Amino acid sequence: MINIKNLHKSFGDLDVLRGIDLEVKQGKVIVLIGPSGSGKTTFLRCLNLLEVPTDGTIEIDQTIMDFSKPVKKKSITSFRSLTGMVFQSYNLFPHKTALENVMEGPIIVKNIAKHEAKEKATALLTKVGLGEKVDFYPFQLSGGQQQRVGIARALAMEPKVMLFDEPTSALDPELVGDVLQVMKDLAKEEGMTMIVVTHEMRFAREVADEVIFMDEGKIMERGTPDQIFTNPKEARTRKFLNMIQ
Amino acid sequence: MARTLKFQINGLVKMFLLSNIFNDPERMNQLVSIAQTSLYPMIEGAIKITIPLTLITFVLGLILAVLTALARLSSIKIFQIIARVYVSIIRGTPLLVQLFIIFYGLPNLGVTISPFISAIIGFSLSVGAYASEIIRAAILSTPKGQWEAGYSIGMTYTQALKRIILPQAARVSIPPLSNTFISLLKDTSLASLILVAELFRKAQEIAAKNYEFLLLYIEAAALYWILCTILSFIQGSIEDRLNRYVAK
Ligand SMILES: Nc1ncnc2c1ncn2[C@@H]1O[C@H](COP(=O)(O)OP(=O)(O)OP(=O)(O)O)[C@@H](O)[C@H]1O
Ligand SMILES: [Mg+2]
Repeated sequence: MINIKNLHKSFGDLDVLRGIDLEVKQGKVIVLIGPSGSGKTTFLRCLNLLEVPTDGTIEIDQTIMDFSKPVKKKSITSFRSLTGMVFQSYNLFPHKTALENVMEGPIIVKNIAKHEAKEKATALLTKVGLGEKVDFYPFQLSGGQQQRVGIARALAMEPKVMLFDEPTSALDPELVGDVLQVMKDLAKEEGMTMIVVTHEMRFAREVADEVIFMDEGKIMERGTPDQIFTNPKEARTRKFLNMIQ
Repeated sequence: MARTLKFQINGLVKMFLLSNIFNDPERMNQLVSIAQTSLYPMIEGAIKITIPLTLITFVLGLILAVLTALARLSSIKIFQIIARVYVSIIRGTPLLVQLFIIFYGLPNLGVTISPFISAIIGFSLSVGAYASEIIRAAILSTPKGQWEAGYSIGMTYTQALKRIILPQAARVSIPPLSNTFISLLKDTSLASLILVAELFRKAQEIAAKNYEFLLLYIEAAALYWILCTILSFIQGSIEDRLNRYVAK
């Protein structure tokens, strides 16, 4: 499903991603952990091509992008549609209601008829528990509700892979659960392939097929949640886990 | 210094009292009748020229401003340079001089343009330059995450700009743009100097015949003031509309 080889990203002299290799099978959930500045966000942004990698290849659903050569704008846009992105700060469109936020992509990008897009968006919002809030503007919603709109907005584009960048870290503790539940359902019921940056250990243990520890732009250690959390091999992983627990 | 000022003010007050307008019913009636008969041509000048000139110019100017702002923000160097030079020239030279160059100057090159069209060109160029700075700032004030959210659902640059960024930038730029609009309405009086028969030129023409300068110019000022006040009300209601998605 996903096959990443030798992925590099640098900003000027700063090498942020330093050769990442990763294979993810259809329907698997990967949880990505690592210290601040280790490149987790940059990695997700490279998969969504909000940043264009400086070297390496990414294959998603049989489409391959090779970044050792310059890439065309058109192919960036089409490759991007394979992944859906959920942002730490939600980034909802403030001038559109929840429903309009979710309908926007299907109507503008996919040219789907308005009534059809509306039906689908309503169904998606109902699924994330916001069936009553479709006509609310983002400022009228709690952080947790906004983030669930963000998830529905990404899902409306029917991506093959969902990327989550610390989706609950900006939320008050009591609002985290609803968002994690939506993500759990997405993984368990829909079998969505997901890469999630999060430090929610419970979520990782319950949902992740694999946990990856990243440090200084490289994958340091990977394994099942149990292996990583109870029996990490690398000293750095241990040190990091001690720090966040 | 203070004494001379006081002296001058005293002089003005005395002059006003001596003119004795209020004690002379005949003079009073004469002024009222001049005010009434001159009102019609002035309102005609406002409706036929001042208002259309302001509206047409503002729309053209805004289009120019958006294009200029986008050129300034584009990654293509030559667009940036053209936009910068244009804004710099317009902002660095007096509007009246620009109007004179277009109307009185260009005929030397064999290009003769009617007064009204000259005014439209001159004022549009001016609005385009000033408003482009407002629009550029508004686009830049939209968080980067909004572009990225647009891109992440598959939008192209143009789609994200049109659907996500400009609507938000519009809300931010409405107050400063309405100031530009009100200034424009007042600045159209400069067109009287390139023979455009707008409100103020009508006042000048009538005054040239009957020498009632004070009366006619105050009357013109009152008409501009009424127009600007109406505009401020419209501005308020547009702002309310655009603010409906913002927490109060
Ligand atoms: N656009 C950019 N320009 C320059 N440097 C950048 C840019 N984006 C990220 N970086 C740098 O890349 C490094 C990795 O950043 P990144 O945001 O990927 O880390 P992270 O693992 O997500 O950290 P956190 O846990 O704090 O979110 C940091 O040193 C950051 O300063
Ligand atoms: Mg991050």
